[in-house]
Amino acid sequence: MAEDKSLNLLDPFTAIDLGIADWADGIKDWASANRDTIQPAKRAINDIIVGIDDIFQAIPPVVMILIIALLAWQLAGRRVGVIVVVALVALGLLDPRAWSLAMTTLAIVLSSVFVCMVIGLPLGILTAKSERLQTLLRPVLDTMQTIPAFVYLVPVVMLVGIGNVSGIIVTVIFALPPLIRLTALGIQQVDGNVVEAARAFGASPRQIMLKVELPLALPTIMAGVNQTIMLALSMVVIASMIAVKGLGNEVLRAMGRLDAGMAIVGGLGIVILAVVLDRISQGVAQTGRERGHRHWWEAGPVGVVLRAMRGPKAATQIAARSSAQAGKLQDITGPDKNEKGVNT
Amino acid sequence: MEAICEDNLDKDEVRERFGCVIGVKDVSFSVAEGEIFCIMGLSGSGKSTLIRHVNRLIEPTAGKVLIEGIDINGLNAAALRELRASRIGMVFQNMALMPHRTVRDNVAFALEVRGADRAGRRAVADRAINDVELGGWEDRYPDELSGGMQQRVGLARAIAADPHILLMDEPFSALDPLIRRQLQTQFMRLAAELRKTTLFITHDLDEAIRIGDRIAVMKDGVLIQTGTPEQIVTEPADDYVAEFVSGISKLHLVTAARIMEPLAKWEAKNGPYRADGALSAAPDATLDRLAELSIETDEPLAIKADGRVLGIVTKKALIRGIQGRSVEEAEV
Repeated sequence: MAEDKSLNLLDPFTAIDLGIADWADGIKDWASANRDTIQPAKRAINDIIVGIDDIFQAIPPVVMILIIALLAWQLAGRRVGVIVVVALVALGLLDPRAWSLAMTTLAIVLSSVFVCMVIGLPLGILTAKSERLQTLLRPVLDTMQTIPAFVYLVPVVMLVGIGNVSGIIVTVIFALPPLIRLTALGIQQVDGNVVEAARAFGASPRQIMLKVELPLALPTIMAGVNQTIMLALSMVVIASMIAVKGLGNEVLRAMGRLDAGMAIVGGLGIVILAVVLDRISQGVAQTGRERGHRHWWEAGPVGVVLRAMRGPKAATQIAARSSAQAGKLQDITGPDKNEKGVNT
Repeated sequence: MEAICEDNLDKDEVRERFGCVIGVKDVSFSVAEGEIFCIMGLSGSGKSTLIRHVNRLIEPTAGKVLIEGIDINGLNAAALRELRASRIGMVFQNMALMPHRTVRDNVAFALEVRGADRAGRRAVADRAINDVELGGWEDRYPDELSGGMQQRVGLARAIAADPHILLMDEPFSALDPLIRRQLQTQFMRLAAELRKTTLFITHDLDEAIRIGDRIAVMKDGVLIQTGTPEQIVTEPADDYVAEFVSGISKLHLVTAARIMEPLAKWEAKNGPYRADGALSAAPDATLDRLAELSIETDEPLAIKADGRVLGIVTKKALIRGIQGRSVEEAEV
């Protein structure tokens, strides 16, 4: 052994031990030293997740399907609404327990995606504006995406213990990068000429962001959200290793028991949930105009309700309004000059 | 920076010594209220850079821009935004309309930025849209409009806030010739109506002559010549400008006063002039008008003001004038 320790210039690495693993292991001591500050925060977040789960469980499946379907119809069009109903009914029919498990998974995934958006959107916007931050962040994002989940599973558990909160942390680490990247990309891709025009007409940086850059970057940002949702779903099995319940846990247990049937039920459940969330979030990325209507309230269930409320009167009213407009125009333009002065 | 000014380096020397490019250098001009001032130059001559200094889209390294007596380089960010939103309207070569906003919301953008209420915005925008004859298209999106219509929206957006100053950065260059001419006509009518102080950038001398009250010719970031269209065409400052104007038809630009031979000089050569029987025209008659008269008679034309003969235009002088050469120059 003694000669192994001596430095061999051709193979120096066996003799040098910088103690990185030991140093990284020190995280355990740090975590146990700060237990009192970490645990209450963890409990609070856990309560929120459990609360969401409880609400999802309390809603009868048929009502829940109806809610999700209406939401999908409004956000992504009628076709997606139908797909969602079919998918969710199939999910319920998979197994008597599948629905309840799926709702738990849904609660976790949505919470994770929410956290990702809270962190990712502002960070993406900042990244788009700062070349330096982008250079700084790129290796970090690369690491987050490629490092095996098992590597950070242990430290996270050491820090906050097992349970939903750790599950969300682990999921966010994996699912966050595409949202940051695509938000930054979307904003950088906005036509510089349009931004210049906004500047030339006196828009402040904030107004440029809210009125020009974000709306134009929205399709790309929504693609990022979609990716984040998909990655969050793909983490549910790994997250179940640290005591996150739901469909992922089914798959994990089935693996332990070599129960192929149970694994397939859990796996299919995850896939169906993925299809539902994917179709809805992709539909949001499409603008209303691509689906052939002008305003969101003119389409979907809201549109149907509004049309029903206005009744047949609406059509004649609109026609009357547009013909009256031509006549009114001169009346409006008169006093308007004064109004403008007030507003400056 | 001082070194550049003091040593009066040219573009290539600066690039060699400092590794940067001069955009615009030593350009000084003033535009009177209500005047249309054209800046003509080829691409890369610095005209777009120049116009962006007027509303500080580009910050000058040195020099001053005064708008109505106020040095805009001294304005803070908020005052500058207010200036841009209320006093300066800008039209861009590439339209730069916001694709996610309707025509009306595009036109009302400057007002929206200033915080005008919805109804006021709508009324002002609709009036501007009517001014450019796009009534009925208010709720459409830019991609539903043709190029010419899009640029009319750009124009409406620029005039909606009723600014004093219009900056036009090659507004019609991207359009095909027929539409361009239509828009020029429409713009000239609108300009006559609104009397906005306009800085108009173009690479098309025909356009500059058609639209501008005065024209400045720019090359490599430097102004070569400033003057009325007639001055530019008849007295080009150097070969560069001369080459530019050589292809321009003088028929509607050059006046009788410029090509006529003064009466005294003519009489010294040809003896006393008998005015009876000869056709006459005013000194500000264009060559086109003189040509029209010249067809009717073999006699030289008399140029009269207040009943007095000022000078004579012979057929030879007229034809040389149309060619863009003076009689003397041609005879040498």
